[in-house]
Amino acid sequence: MSDITNNADTPRIVTSTELVAASLKRRRNKQLRLQMVGMGAIFIAFLMLFILVGSLVATGWQAFTQTHVTLEVFVDPEDIPADRLPRGDFDDTLEAALGRMLPGVDMEDRETARAVQGILSNGAQFTLRDRVVADPSLIGQTVTMKVPTSDPYDQLNKGLIERATPEQNRRVKDNEIRWFDTLKEQGAISKPFNLALFTNADSRFPEQAGLKGALVGSFWALLTCFLISFPLGIGAAIYLEEFAKKNRISDFIEVNINNLAAVPSVVFGLLALAVFIGWFGLPRSAPFVGGLTLALMTMPTIIIATRAALKSVPPSIREAALGLGASKQQVVFQHVLPLAMPGILTGTIIGLAQALGETAPLLLIGMNAFITSAASSPFDSATALPTQIFIWADSPERGFVSRTSAAILVLLGFLVLMNGIAIFLRQKFERRW
Amino acid sequence: MTAFPFLLLILAAVVGYAINRVAARGIRDGGSRLHSMTSYHGMYSALLVLVPVLTFILVWLALQGAVIDRLIMSGLPDGVLDGLDGGGIQLVLAEIKSIAGGQVFGTPEDWKIAASERLLTTRERADWLLIALVAVMSLALMIFARTRVKADFRARQGVEGIVTGLMIFCSVVAIFTTIGIIVSLSYETLRFLERVPLSEFLFGTNWEPQIPLREDQIAAEGAFGWLPVILGTIVITVIALVVAVPIGLFSAIYVNEFAPKKLRTIIKPLLEILAGVPTVVYGFFAILVVAPAIRSFGQSLGLDVAPNTALAAGGVMGIMLVPFISSFADDALSAVPQSLRDGALGLGATRGEMMTTVLFPAALPGIVGGVLLAVSRAIGETMIVVMAAGLIARMTINPLDSVTTVTVQIVTLLIGDTSFDNPKTLAAFALGTMLFIVTLGINIFALSFVRKYREAYD
Repeated sequence: MSDITNNADTPRIVTSTELVAASLKRRRNKQLRLQMVGMGAIFIAFLMLFILVGSLVATGWQAFTQTHVTLEVFVDPEDIPADRLPRGDFDDTLEAALGRMLPGVDMEDRETARAVQGILSNGAQFTLRDRVVADPSLIGQTVTMKVPTSDPYDQLNKGLIERATPEQNRRVKDNEIRWFDTLKEQGAISKPFNLALFTNADSRFPEQAGLKGALVGSFWALLTCFLISFPLGIGAAIYLEEFAKKNRISDFIEVNINNLAAVPSVVFGLLALAVFIGWFGLPRSAPFVGGLTLALMTMPTIIIATRAALKSVPPSIREAALGLGASKQQVVFQHVLPLAMPGILTGTIIGLAQALGETAPLLLIGMNAFITSAASSPFDSATALPTQIFIWADSPERGFVSRTSAAILVLLGFLVLMNGIAIFLRQKFERRW
Repeated sequence: MTAFPFLLLILAAVVGYAINRVAARGIRDGGSRLHSMTSYHGMYSALLVLVPVLTFILVWLALQGAVIDRLIMSGLPDGVLDGLDGGGIQLVLAEIKSIAGGQVFGTPEDWKIAASERLLTTRERADWLLIALVAVMSLALMIFARTRVKADFRARQGVEGIVTGLMIFCSVVAIFTTIGIIVSLSYETLRFLERVPLSEFLFGTNWEPQIPLREDQIAAEGAFGWLPVILGTIVITVIALVVAVPIGLFSAIYVNEFAPKKLRTIIKPLLEILAGVPTVVYGFFAILVVAPAIRSFGQSLGLDVAPNTALAAGGVMGIMLVPFISSFADDALSAVPQSLRDGALGLGATRGEMMTTVLFPAALPGIVGGVLLAVSRAIGETMIVVMAAGLIARMTINPLDSVTTVTVQIVTLLIGDTSFDNPKTLAAFALGTMLFIVTLGINIFALSFVRKYREAYD
């Protein structure tokens, strides 16, 4: 400004309109820059979201299919005598079946035979065993079986192992690739939907590892969490919102609830470990204990949502009911609470969705154990969906990378579903007064 | 078997409800005028049975295991536990339990088999005793409730009294939880401080908890100084804030002032998706994508980047915090009174100038409060750092190096290892106490800060 007024060469009078006009362009540019930076920030945030989801889909989609080999298995009575069931040389039987499909491969050589057997998943022999045990009349006959391949061949089939890399850096050797191609030319290789991902529990072998145990564990934990936190949360919210007198005690309770909502989740894990497991002697790794812990964490969310929902019911409803002679509790339980229910349910579902993704407290109570069967009660050892992701992310085998991504996609699917239900409830049932 | 007492209890409550209601109805049909509606007479009986008996069952189940253990251990033949310490006795108990569960390893001694048989019979007896007690108590309460059914009995007041009691109990659970956290943390921390002096823990610069702590090496090793751990936490928190604060703040400014209404309704829910992603997913994202990317970028510049560099964990944590900060800043900007906006625009400011010279300074206390809450979140955040940060505690502030955090140490010390008198386990609780104190302090400070500023405009 002083530049303009002090300039001796321009003696004309400067009006403030001119002043503003002169500076306007610069000021508008400044505003534009601020806008651009803001848009850039949002763009970066969305880019990250996109990369996050994109990378998960890119690595995870492969795990939803699994390479299988179709075999004509002759159930040799010599290897599998009927009187020794369920014992028998099922792996040799499968090996022989593979050998018949690979002409020119010396199956007498132990090394080669073992390598050929490595094409199949370790679980294939148990599939055959279960089938023969269920129907012993199969002994002596030829059965057609579709069994999963082991992880390296699965990766090879999906193109995740580059054939161009030098042999010593590759998990599948040249001759093994030739065998696989021979099988492929015979049309024995297929890549169906990986049902095992949902029907199997955890396994050391990626091709057999599934999410059933984790899904069941998460179900029990969430059920426990809901059954405890929902009534407790609603009870506490109703009391604080409708009945409690404003005094030191109710203030103290409120401060407590707000602080609990901000306590790091790992501290709840420590609480559960010390109190539930250490002092009460509840079992480790049990979804029930996980659910209890998650309930303590979810309760503040439910309380806050319930109070907001109760507050939004207009006083006229209360006054009308009171005027007709209802008691205070009748007003709340028969009129206000039903009207607030959609809001309460929305908040509860969002709280449960948070609980479903919670990992750290479950790790501390041991829900990261290696468990190969699904829990049949909430007191059995189990993993949960997020802890299963953690276990698989820690596993060194290549095959677990895509399975981890697939498990995350499943978890995100559940979260989207739950939040979708919450939004639907809110839009469909929430009344505006 | 565990479900049976509960089913019995529910049955008793339903039957009690029916009996009382029918009785009340009988009185009403007999021509008397009831004080309370018949359903309240029923509810009175149901609640009178449910509440005390349910409490009884839960207390019984909570104590049963410990009592039976003690009975079994005290019933062992003399002399077999001589020379065993606490851990050894636990091991014997675990073996007896696994024999009772049908899993026999090797050939256990006869007294163990006898003890396991006794355990099974004791358990069975305890189950039956519980069922019998539940039945007797329910029946007694039902009869008592039935005797109260009279025309002038104030059943509604009775029910409402019980319900109020239940609701007060629900509210007090929050206090119990806080007390539980404080008591359990401080109890284990005190046991930790019996082994490691407080000054050692607070000011030691060495954190090597994997070295087993024996009687003769407590102070000499100095393996439990938390300074490098908290330093690592600070490094990662600072990195997270460097990422989150600008992105969150500028997007809030844009959304609050410049974005068209339609765009706003798209941007806000999309940002909330970032907030809804579980942290274990961010952790996997950090090790799958971000860490390798940073590493190869660093190598192309000739820098030596650790595979689990603090940059990856901190950066991803920053992304996690973006929606947190942006929604807080957005709220703070919206809370600035309209008169300030109008005043600034009326004096001829552009919207950009109004934002930078009026709105932003006015909202600053709220924004600072939000950032402080984000700091407490970053310090307490667990899964991202457990998966993407390092395990070794180093006194370094180099973001390319690998550092560890308080939460990482808590989790790694407690995964797998179970015995409670191990200093490793206790150290985790000591760290947990510090974490609780620090995050709670920041939260309380931030909230009071925000509240103070909110009042300034009212």
